[in-house]
Amino acid sequence: MIHALFVINRSGGLIYSKDFSGQVAQLSSNEALIFAGTFHGIHALASRVSPALKGRAATRDRGVQYIDTKGLRLHCFQTPTGLKFIAVTDPLHAGLTDVLAKAYKLYCDYALKNPFYSLEMPIRSDLFDTMLRQLVQAS
Amino acid sequence: MSQAESLMRLDTRVSRRSNMLLEQGIGKPRRDKVCLGAFAFLFAEIIRYSQNRVLGIQDLEAKLGEIGRRVGVRVFELLMWREKTVHRETRVLQTLVFINTVVWRALFDKQADALGRSTENDDEYMITDNEPSILRYISAPKEMSSFSPGAFLAGVVEAIAECCECPARVTSHLVPAEDMPLKTVILLKFDREVMEREKRLEAGK
Repeated sequence: MIHALFVINRSGGLIYSKDFSGQVAQLSSNEALIFAGTFHGIHALASRVSPALKGRAATRDRGVQYIDTKGLRLHCFQTPTGLKFIAVTDPLHAGLTDVLAKAYKLYCDYALKNPFYSLEMPIRSDLFDTMLRQLVQAS
Repeated sequence: MSQAESLMRLDTRVSRRSNMLLEQGIGKPRRDKVCLGAFAFLFAEIIRYSQNRVLGIQDLEAKLGEIGRRVGVRVFELLMWREKTVHRETRVLQTLVFINTVVWRALFDKQADALGRSTENDDEYMITDNEPSILRYISAPKEMSSFSPGAFLAGVVEAIAECCECPARVTSHLVPAEDMPLKTVILLKFDREVMEREKRLEAGK
């Protein structure tokens, strides 16, 4: 079950956050921004300190992919353009890469092809909301 | 092989490829489709460009309508040339059916979902499309909720109605319904002369 979903742009700004289950603590908008910035930093650091850094591109470290705690698991999916899709699920939830990749596709369709969306800015699109909710419910 | 020869060969290859797409005759109905994604980007950019050059929502809709009209005039000529079974309509109802079926099929590969007459006014007709494919990704922000991106379609319809000698004032309205957030109604209000002519034709029958 996906509790919440965040989208972070390539400079570490939060551009989308949505709570789907109501079971996780609500972050204030300020806290959510701090979370996004911190995660962005940790992600960058993790891929920098990795011993696999010198390897070929295919084996190169892709930064943080999960964060596990007792109560939740954080999944991160990074797109080739540096966007991050982060999902909060129950602990030890199986891989979510395909669901997050679908969320990326929705972003490409309903944010990028929407004339009222400006790049790197928060996503405010009813259609994106609806489609994402459908995706989360179906997964 | 000399350099010139290889260039020649390259050239024929290019022109053969463009034969397949760009140099196709306009006469035969094209069955190959245009990529919706590419069009969506283009259309989004048209809206964004227009938005920077207008004062308000009505202005924006008028601008999109103007662009649509340019498309409509060309689509009309093309269809008249291409479709062997249709001829130029002059009656209101036939014009509407022509738009509803032939034009919609040429543009969107399907018929419009409904064609109706307004219950309040005799000179008003409605064409309904439950999910206009060109608007699929567009979602206006709350402060622009009255904006109807279908203004472009309204422009297309207006130009075609005019070409059919049935000038009308055409507006588009977003009527979100259950599961159909982009349901668009295109309202045609025919000019008074058209309705008078229609009455005369009806009487002279």
